Parts: sequence; structure tokens; C-alpha cells
Amino acid sequence: MEKFLLRNIENPNSTDINEYIKAGGYKALLKAVEMKPADIVSEVRKSGLRGRGGAGFPTGMKWAFASADPKKPRYMLCNADEGEPGTFKDRPILEKNPHLLIEGMIISGYALEAEYGYIYIRGEYPAAKDILDAAIKQAHEKGYLGDNVSGKGVRFHLYVHQGAGAYICGEETALIESLEGKRGQPRIKPPFPVNEGFLSKPTIINNVETLANIPYIIEIGADAYAEIGSPDCPGPKLYSVSGHVKRPGVYELPMGITLREIIYDHCGGIRGDKKLKAVIPGGISTPILPADAIDCPMDFVNMPKHGSMLGSGAVMVFDETVDLVKVCYRAIKFFEHESCGKCTPCREGVGWMRAILERISGGSGTAEDIDLLIEVSNNITGKTFCPLGDGAAMVVQNFVKNFRSEFEEKIH
Amino acid sequence: MLSENAVKEIGLIRNKYHDAQSSLLPALYVVQKEHGWLSPEALKEVGEILNVPKAEVKGVSTFYAMFRHRPIGRHLIQLCTNVACMIMGSESLLNILKERYGLEPNGTTGDGRFSLVVMECIGACGTAPAMLVDTDFHDNLTEERIVNILEKYK
Ligand SMILES: Cc1cc2nc3c(=O)[nH]c(=O)nc-3n(C[C@H](O)[C@H](O)[C@H](O)COP(=O)(O)O)c2cc1C
Ligand code: SF4
Ligand code: FES
Repeated sequence: MEKFLLRNIENPNSTDINEYIKAGGYKALLKAVEMKPADIVSEVRKSGLRGRGGAGFPTGMKWAFASADPKKPRYMLCNADEGEPGTFKDRPILEKNPHLLIEGMIISGYALEAEYGYIYIRGEYPAAKDILDAAIKQAHEKGYLGDNVSGKGVRFHLYVHQGAGAYICGEETALIESLEGKRGQPRIKPPFPVNEGFLSKPTIINNVETLANIPYIIEIGADAYAEIGSPDCPGPKLYSVSGHVKRPGVYELPMGITLREIIYDHCGGIRGDKKLKAVIPGGISTPILPADAIDCPMDFVNMPKHGSMLGSGAVMVFDETVDLVKVCYRAIKFFEHESCGKCTPCREGVGWMRAILERISGGSGTAEDIDLLIEVSNNITGKTFCPLGDGAAMVVQNFVKNFRSEFEEKIH
Repeated sequence: MLSENAVKEIGLIRNKYHDAQSSLLPALYVVQKEHGWLSPEALKEVGEILNVPKAEVKGVSTFYAMFRHRPIGRHLIQLCTNVACMIMGSESLLNILKERYGLEPNGTTGDGRFSLVVMECIGACGTAPAMLVDTDFHDNLTEERIVNILEKYK
């Protein structure tokens, strides 16, 4: 497949605006500013693009909601928090193709009549922050940003805002709190950000990769875009593959490619030609799959039918030597560390799950511990304020469901 | 005391937002970059500049793992131990840091050269195990490589 999101990144000067323009960059912006904002929104709607941040929400629908709210100013936010363990797919765009994101944001800002944009980037990506700052400066100098975008009287100002090490700030309402200079704790929904977001104004939040798809949709048109990948979930997708494959890395492939194809055809199969044991297909929060379940199409619509989720498209591959109880324990330790403390089932319950897993993993678990672990997880499910706590419970439930014997073997 | 430069930089940051408190995180970064950490006095000063109550500034800054409220060594090692790094050997790297430098998580070497913080995923899972030293990424770490890399940070 021809690359779009990762186009030109092998060029050592790919972050330079002139190189980007030489490779066809900012053409989509020039085309977009000749269109009516509402027509861009319907084009995005027609493309079938779904948000790449994890939930797969239809982008065009979100945009239509925001356009329908008359309050101004509106804000355009880019979620570059990329904190889901296993995920490193936005990083090549941020570090190697920053102008693609910037172009996507300017078009989005124009389409949604938002004059201010912020890229909320995780504190763990300091180099990417500097690269974005430099790229924004170049875009200003070329007249693509500012009070008169491309001489069309369009205003768009773009800033980078650095997070400071809190996974929960990837959740959109926590991100807004954090951008407002507060503790990053989620807000109650509704109101949704499209109506009351940053500084209580209509706010559109999209993931880096989602926004990077916008110039492509404008460039080739919604109809051609909708032809790529799965029918209900089109487009190119970035998969970040880690763990025991021969060639880990970020791959741009069509939506709906199977896990098997990703692992064996693109990543060269399992290292040392060992046996595959399990795969986490979409970042640590998504259900773990056993080795015989990898013939599933990787997209937002089909993965739930196969017992997991696409999530962020972060494929974590485990060979036969991996101690999955330990992996489960480490995953839950992460959620305990990142729980924002706002609601009790998550703050306390995840800590309890970690304690039980620590016991089992360390060899001092009792016969009742596995059932107790599931009971605690059931008491979290459906009772948390945001999806983080639920996600942690789901991780435990799926590890035990698919690999119960490994837990039992640890109990003497 | 914040330097004149820091105060000026915070003033510039302030212009990027329609509301003063939004500049709090970037302002704290400016101070942390200058002082290496956020002292109670510095938090108070930032609060005064942005007109945010002292307790709010402290509440916010302590929420975020990357803001430091104690002095640290000259170089900060941020070693990832999350799943991808764990299965690729981050535990043995922690052992090396302990054996070779006497470094424990959240500790600082006696000579003030290194501090160590254990991280959740830093987005380098494809080249695990990985760490950040100050603002530099280092990946595909082995016991040998980590020692060689750290030798460059004096
Ligand atoms: C705990 C939690 C963490 C999240 N982390 C991220 C993240 O790091 N990056 C991201 O784009 N979306 C993340 N999301 C999803 C966002 O809330 C939001 O759905 C997304 O940014 C919307 O953009 P999209 O529609 O383009 O996907 C997270 C959600 C939750 C509940
Ligand atoms: S579920 Fe966890 S992270 Fe979400 S609001 Fe509750 S305590 Fe915070
Ligand atoms: S798990 Fe270590 S960088 Fe992602």
C-alpha cells in the first residue's frame, strides 16, 4: 500500500517545511480553504473516518456536533498524550512528519471555525515538542498559520502544550482540565467537550493520527478514501508492534488487516522462531488474545466480535517463554499508579487487584485468590467514573479467562 | 527567586492562553528547567505571577509525575519498566544501576551525578528496553550499552 501517514519520513530532512511542500505537502490546505467549512465537515463524514485515539468514534459526527453549537470561540485540540502502554504510533508523525499534523489541524480548525488550536503532547516526548515548535514557526513564516492563513483571511493560531507524566490526561476531559492548569481528573459527561470543553467553550479533540488523515481525505476525496481498508472502518492505520517479533516498529497498513498478517507477514514472525503464546492487540487496556485467535481483522468494528478491541492499534506480542501472570501484575501496577483517585472503585479496587496479583505472581497466593481477584474486578466494572478503572478490571478478567491455568500453576 | 529570564518567559507563555491558569504547567516547566526542581518558594512565586492560589499550585504540581519537589542529581535517568520493556529485560538494567552506581528508584548517587526514576511506558516499546536520560531517548538497551551510554553523562 502506498504510504500516506508515514510518507517521506525516510527523508533525513522530513521535518523541514520545504521538504514537506516538495513532497506534496500543504496542497490539501490550499484546496480546503477554497471549500466551504460545512463542505469539509460533510466530506469527513462521508469518508467514514473513525478516531484513532482508541474509541473509534466517527470523526465526522463529532465535527457535526461541534459545528451545530453556536458558541464561540471554538477550540481545536490535538491529543498527543500517547500514554497507552505499547503505543508509539503517533511518535513518528510528531517527530518525523510534524507538518502533516499541523496541516491537518489547520484544515480542521478552518472546517470547524476554530481559531485556536493546542497540541497537548506528553511530557515524555521532549524532542517531539521542540520539533513541533520549530515546525509551527516555519508554518507561520510561510503564512499557513496566523491571522491570514494562505492569504484567505482565515485565522488559525496553534500552540504546543506539554503534559507532565499522567496517563489519565489522555482521557479527553482530563486533558482539558490539564490544559486549564488543573489536576488532570476527568469531568462528568454530559456536557460533552463539543459543547462545553476548554474554558467552557465548544472544543473538538482528536488524536494525532486522526488529524493526520484529514489532508489525505481532502487530497483524494472521501469516496476514494472510503475504499481503503474495511467497509465500516476505512483508511490507513498505524500499528505499533512490540515484543517478540523479528521486526518490531510502526507499520502503516490498511484497516482490517489481520493480526496474523501483521505479525507474520510484516513483522517477520516470532523471534528465534519460538512459539507464539499471546497477543495484546490494541494497547495494554485491550483484552489479551490467545495464539489461536489471531485471524481477526484489526479494525474498530470487527475486533469486538473476536473478543478484543482495536484500541490504539498497539500490538504486543508474547512468545512461549513469557510469564503472563507477571505481565498481568505489571499491567495492573500501571493502572494503580495512573488512577487519578477521583472515584473509589478505581482508586481502591485497582490497588486490591494489584495486591492479589503480586501475591499470586510472587508464589504466595492462596487457592481462593483467583476467585477473589475476579470478585474485586467485578466490583469495579461499571462503577467507575471514567473508562480507566473499567479498563483495568477488563484486563484482569481477560487474562484469567484466557490463561487461567497459568494463574493456577502459581498457586501451590 | 526566579530569574528575570524565567519571569519574562512565563509572561510570554501567558499570551498563548485566554486564561491565566492555563499557563501553569508550562510555567512550572520553565522553573523546573532553571532550578532542576520545584521548591515551595518557587511554587509560591509562580502562583503570584499567574494569580493562582498557593494551595492550588501545589495541588496541581504534585498531581503530575514529572514535576519534582525535591532536588535531584545532575542527570535524570528515566527507565521504563512497563510490559514491553519488562519482557525485554528492564529488570536486569535496574540491577546494573544498583550494582554499578548504587542507584535505587527515586534515589540519587552520592556524588549527585545521577537520579533514577522508574517510568511507565515512554513510547519506545518497539526498541525496548528504553530510557530517557534528561531529554535524550536511548533504546535497545543491554547491560553493556546502558553503562556505556551513562559514561557520557558526567
Ligand atoms: C484513560 C484514557 C486514556 C486515553 N489516552 C489517550 C491518548 O493517549 N491519546 C488519545 O488520542 N486518546 C486517548 N484517549 C481517548 C480520548 O479520550 C479521546 O477519545 C480521543 O482523544 C478522541 O480522539 P479521536 O476521536 O480522534 O480518537 C484516552 C481515553 C481514556 C479513557
Ligand atoms: S476510574 Fe480511575 S482514573 Fe477514572 S476517574 Fe475514577 S479514579 Fe480517576
Ligand atoms: S513499555 Fe517501555 S517504552 Fe513502552
